[in-house]
Amino acid sequence: MNTPFRAHGHGHVDRDTTLSFTFDGITHTGHPGDTLASALLANGVHRVAGSIKYGRPRGVLAAGAEEPNALVQIEAPFPEPMLTATTVELYDGLVARGLSGQGRLSSRPDPARYDTMHAHCDLLVVGAGPAGLATTLAAARAGARVILIDELPRPGGSLLGGQELLDGAPATVWADGVVAELDAHADVQVLRRTTAFGHYDDGLVLALEKRTDHLGATAPAHISRQRVWRIRAKQVVYATGAYERPVAFDNNDRPGIMLAGSARTYLNRFGVLPGRRAVVFTTNDSAYPAALELADAGIRIAAVIDAREEVPEHWRAACHERGIGIRAGHVVTGTSGVERVTRAHVAAFGRGRLGERQGIGCDLLLVSGGWNPAVALFSQARGALRYDTGIGAFVPAHALDGVRTAGSASGTFTLAGALADGVDAARRALSAIGRTCRTTALPSPAPLPDAAPAHVLWRVPSPQDDQDGAKQFVDLQRDALVSDVLRATGAGLRSVEHVKRYTTIGTAHDQGRTSGVMTSGIVAEALGVDVADLGTTRSRPPALPVAFAALAGRNRGELFDPIRVTALHPWHVEHGARFEDVGQWKRPWYYPRADETMDEAVLRECRAARTGVAMMDGSTLGKINVQGPDAGVLLDRLYTNMMSTLKVGRIRYGVMCGVDGMAIDDGTVIRVAEREFLLTTTTGNAAKVLAWMEEWLQTEWPDLRVHLTSVTEHWVTIPLVGPRSRDVLALVAPGLDVGKDAFPFMSWRDATVAGVAARVCRISFSGELAYEINVPAWDGITVWKALHTAGGAFGITPYGTETMHVLRAEKAYPIIGQDTDGTVTPQDLGMSWVVSKKKPDFVGKRSFTRAENRRGDRKQLVGLLPADERVLLPEGAQIIATSEIPAPPVPMLGHITSSYRSDALRRTFALALVRSGTQRIGETLYVPLDGRTVPVTVTEPVLFDKEGTRRDG
Amino acid sequence: MQLIACPWCGEREENEFHYGGQAHVAYPQDPYALDDEQWAEYVFFRDNTKGPFAERWVHAAGCRRWFNALRDTVTHEFLAVYDVRAKHPPTTSAAPAAPRRKDQEASR
Amino acid sequence: MTLPRDNAPARPSPATTLNRAPHPDAGPGDALPDHPDFLWRNPEPKRSYDVVIVGGGGHGLATAYYLAKNHGITNVAVLEKGWLAGGNMARNTTIIRSNYLWDESSGIYEHSLKLWETLEEDLDYPILFSQRGVLNLAHSLQDIRDSKRRVHANQLNGIDAEWLEPDEVAKVCPIVNVSPDVRYPVLGATYQPRAGIAKHDYVAWGFARRADVYGIDLIQDCEVTGLDIQGGRIRGVRTTRGPIAAGKVALAGAGHSSVLASMAGLRLPLQSHPLQALVSELLEPVHPTVVMSNAVHVYVSQAHKGELVMGAGIDSYNGYGQRGAFHILERQMAAALELFPVFARAHMLRTWAGIVDVTPDASPIVGLTPVEDLYLNCGWGTGGFKATPGVGWCYAHTIATGQPHPYNAPFTLDRFTTGALVDEHGAAAVAH
Repeated sequence: MNTPFRAHGHGHVDRDTTLSFTFDGITHTGHPGDTLASALLANGVHRVAGSIKYGRPRGVLAAGAEEPNALVQIEAPFPEPMLTATTVELYDGLVARGLSGQGRLSSRPDPARYDTMHAHCDLLVVGAGPAGLATTLAAARAGARVILIDELPRPGGSLLGGQELLDGAPATVWADGVVAELDAHADVQVLRRTTAFGHYDDGLVLALEKRTDHLGATAPAHISRQRVWRIRAKQVVYATGAYERPVAFDNNDRPGIMLAGSARTYLNRFGVLPGRRAVVFTTNDSAYPAALELADAGIRIAAVIDAREEVPEHWRAACHERGIGIRAGHVVTGTSGVERVTRAHVAAFGRGRLGERQGIGCDLLLVSGGWNPAVALFSQARGALRYDTGIGAFVPAHALDGVRTAGSASGTFTLAGALADGVDAARRALSAIGRTCRTTALPSPAPLPDAAPAHVLWRVPSPQDDQDGAKQFVDLQRDALVSDVLRATGAGLRSVEHVKRYTTIGTAHDQGRTSGVMTSGIVAEALGVDVADLGTTRSRPPALPVAFAALAGRNRGELFDPIRVTALHPWHVEHGARFEDVGQWKRPWYYPRADETMDEAVLRECRAARTGVAMMDGSTLGKINVQGPDAGVLLDRLYTNMMSTLKVGRIRYGVMCGVDGMAIDDGTVIRVAEREFLLTTTTGNAAKVLAWMEEWLQTEWPDLRVHLTSVTEHWVTIPLVGPRSRDVLALVAPGLDVGKDAFPFMSWRDATVAGVAARVCRISFSGELAYEINVPAWDGITVWKALHTAGGAFGITPYGTETMHVLRAEKAYPIIGQDTDGTVTPQDLGMSWVVSKKKPDFVGKRSFTRAENRRGDRKQLVGLLPADERVLLPEGAQIIATSEIPAPPVPMLGHITSSYRSDALRRTFALALVRSGTQRIGETLYVPLDGRTVPVTVTEPVLFDKEGTRRDG
Repeated sequence: MQLIACPWCGEREENEFHYGGQAHVAYPQDPYALDDEQWAEYVFFRDNTKGPFAERWVHAAGCRRWFNALRDTVTHEFLAVYDVRAKHPPTTSAAPAAPRRKDQEASR
Repeated sequence: MTLPRDNAPARPSPATTLNRAPHPDAGPGDALPDHPDFLWRNPEPKRSYDVVIVGGGGHGLATAYYLAKNHGITNVAVLEKGWLAGGNMARNTTIIRSNYLWDESSGIYEHSLKLWETLEEDLDYPILFSQRGVLNLAHSLQDIRDSKRRVHANQLNGIDAEWLEPDEVAKVCPIVNVSPDVRYPVLGATYQPRAGIAKHDYVAWGFARRADVYGIDLIQDCEVTGLDIQGGRIRGVRTTRGPIAAGKVALAGAGHSSVLASMAGLRLPLQSHPLQALVSELLEPVHPTVVMSNAVHVYVSQAHKGELVMGAGIDSYNGYGQRGAFHILERQMAAALELFPVFARAHMLRTWAGIVDVTPDASPIVGLTPVEDLYLNCGWGTGGFKATPGVGWCYAHTIATGQPHPYNAPFTLDRFTTGALVDEHGAAAVAH
């Protein structure tokens, strides 16, 4: 099936294959190699969408990533918001619609996969146009490791859109030959459909490869849809080409108004005629090849309007040959038409004045206001830009050590120049990393006369007297006008950044590729300053919009953050545990039986621990092995209490403080040998404590002979708790004397437990008789099961973190991070006993004597008993002094840090940090709750077994 | 993401490292000889230099060793890495003569 | 058409009513009102002012405005080294809330929020203040405790705050994934309905325009290179546009506060870090509120035009380069998709970075300095935007009276000596 606007004998699309797609509800056809834009134009569809602010019809301005107008929403195979029709490769079954500003996200989950690749190279070349191909070829022949990336499916860049000859053959033949040679190099990688979007430090370039987008619904599910490449390059050459810019005139936004070079691309790359009768408006030579090639392909060129007084003779002659009239010293002042341009208004323009206007009928108005080198990535790399008055654009001022540009990205716009510049860039880049690059023979383009100077023209004066009435668009996507720019300067704005924010120019997803320099030019004219002094707005990553999902890559779901589980985890799952996230760990929270609520389960688990025997998985506790002759010295400096005096075989509880004197962690320290300690940390702080200790050891006391090793995951740790724990342990460790005196509190023994070599500690986090059995993680499940079996006769009960919290709270053992918040000292916790008076210094000690720490009315940890013993106070609730809640701000005395139902106390209770808490013991305070207050009695924090009679069984 | 030259492992990606703030801030010889203000200086006050800054890093996801670096806080460029036990940063002549990265303010 | 550089057109009346009606043919996403036809003069600096404010960002401009409005002090210059409000004011994610934990913080932020609620009328500028509420998500049992603690404290401080269970979270923001199957499930959230967002440029320009109307000189491209201090007292500033004498000098330089203070021989407990943010393309409305999560590290809203505005994590190292590292953004995207799977095919359109000056307790420093008549406002970390009117009000009071306003009195420099910190690490959006 043919379409009315296909040009025979032109284009690189595969006409043997027909693709069907739907746009705005109408089904059309196209071919592989088309973009959505080229396929629409081939079908004569020019109106793509309405504009965002004024709702005006808009068409296709450009043929690539600079497109500001032709925004589309993809609806099928999966919705994707706001793409440019000029960069969507056509596929069968594509459903899209034109977009007026706001895209739509799918409410369904995206089924596609995304991933990331790392790559390293000597030289990264971005852009496979003539300059980039020349660079890559020269570097490849020099044996360098090169990566060439290009956004198109087929290398060639601008060569695909022109009709240049190289050595007498179409230039694309040369490009294909180069690519074939590059593909044969083992150290050269050519990435197609890949766009560089970010340049970061040390040669890190981010690029997005679209791997399956062009396959539509037939994309294989196992291949990632898009891939982010993280390329670390010693040298980078940006051969990114240039973007043509328009000129502002009245109603310069209608469908059918197109950049001249883009029209040329539609003809030559896609075999599409973007109209039947064209007017060409230019300020420079580059529109002439477009006019001539389009004329040769059958488009009637009604006139070439050249703003310059002088038009080079060879262009005059070539136009004359084809019957094309040239109007030098003329401009387009405006257009007619609604859904499509129907007429260009033309007038002579000299010395700032417009002559008589005349209309020329057309359905296509091609515009060239000159070319802006594509320097966004070079600018991201912090390459300095220089304003080139000759071309009216910003060009790289000079290469950086590892980053340079080549070809038209450098402002070199001729084909011969681009090729030579490309080879030169390769030579310089390789030289910078100590490699040589031999001369590469280059093909010769057809000789071209010297280009005539361009006329730098930002806007054509509006023939309408009232400036506000004229619609001269600067940023088509943002619907921002010349009059908006002038209003901004009139409002007092002097910086282009301010003008950008006032007008929103350049904030749309094309980042002002066609509007940025024009804005600087218009602002400079309005303020009477040089564009060079004014500068332009800053390029920011990403250079093209990148899907969130592509950036997230594989780091989603369970790969978002590692899940850590203990060696006993499968047992907990089998036995119905509910889990709590503690840091990255999954910890059993409680083990509900059939119909139990959480409260019921926890009360049952508590009862077992207080009256029989219970066991838990404590393996997540951080464990740090401290070895060396000075191990004791290090621990003395980091813990508030003395550790060096601990005897081998004994255990001590310890608290660490920050330099500010606030408690940061606690745990037990056991002395394994004269020169070896093993300490435990809280689950969440294990890594932080190790890092803290390493920092002091390495940076402050490197003379200490100590080694620190994390052994958290080497051990399975099983607290065995309750009055019957001794009986159970005796059953599984027959060789261990578990007698009270033989194995006293706060000591440890090596023993064989369930046939496994174990270290058994007699410590308790519940106040009950308890043992902590440590075995190599590999044997953990054996020992756990043996304990569970042996304890069966005593009703042994596995318990989770919730029960652990209740048991310890009944004994007022604080949880760092729950009962503390980084503002609490050991003294505030009522633990002055853990703060050494003998040691001359330890980390945090000096801060204890600061003014704020000496205040008597600090917040201190106390117990709270609600008057109504059934009321469970919410953790986090605040505490006030009065039974009535006064008007805000209400003076608050503190807050509840822990609150539980206690089986042992047969009532609810809480721990709280209360201002002057220890002096308030016995007082009644109030907890505001849902607009009323709950009276509570302040108590000593320890509420159960104050005498500590239970720990020996 | 920068490449940071760990003195023991060589150049590695920035996200393997943790930052440790200003270098050469020794724990006071006698904290009890300091008044509260002087002590607060040690606890809370660190230089916030704009330009070359001697600071500490640790190769947390690598060898776990601390080292010092001289880094330009404007360009973020590492000018030198050196031993954590050194008393002073290397003299600027030992560091590269001129920072490679120039911060370009395109808006000016 | 050209305008002479320093010609001042007739000033508009402060009562100018701005055109807020969208164009009749407006497409979706064109909800933004126009800026006024005149914003400010571009005066040459005078030789001397009663007050010189160093830093023409949101805080500096708001301070200038309240100096004039509340205290009648108008012989004031605001010196800006670049373009007005081009630093953090132009780079933040515009979240406004007052649900801070400690009384000291909630005091000044709530004062600020109350000012926000009438600021549009006060400035006669459409600042697009939208009270769409903020959710602070909890992902662990300790998150829940901390969140509820903050809710209870907020309520007693007269600040609207409530605790929402996951199903209630989904009602406020249906696109948040509250499924229990994600890596860190949403276990609930605090909700402040009066919180919201505003349009940063509009806010800054609103203050600037009114300050200009009061005759305050807003001087751009004027970098302060030194402070003139004699006998322990500030006398003026040295700038790239010449020396300027001043009765009082007020620093409001955000990320550059340490650099400015060092000119007075002051050392501040600040570290300046890069903080990145990003926006998507314009999207149909999907996100009705503001969502913040410390644990999964997301803070995101959908701005008036339709773009998603998202803050990333803070880069760990000190940096004045206004740029951060890419892996921070990648991590941010992964976090965003954890909570908002519907964002998968939204596109990151533009990223940028600001410089945040962070104190050891994540609370600001606002008040007097050891140098007479030199004042300090810094250390706002990631929280500066929401404080703009509040701190402007209090800082102006401090400058005008020589005494801190009760709301900024706790935020002294000497709290680091006494230990009376206001530790807001839990409340700051970024864990620093």
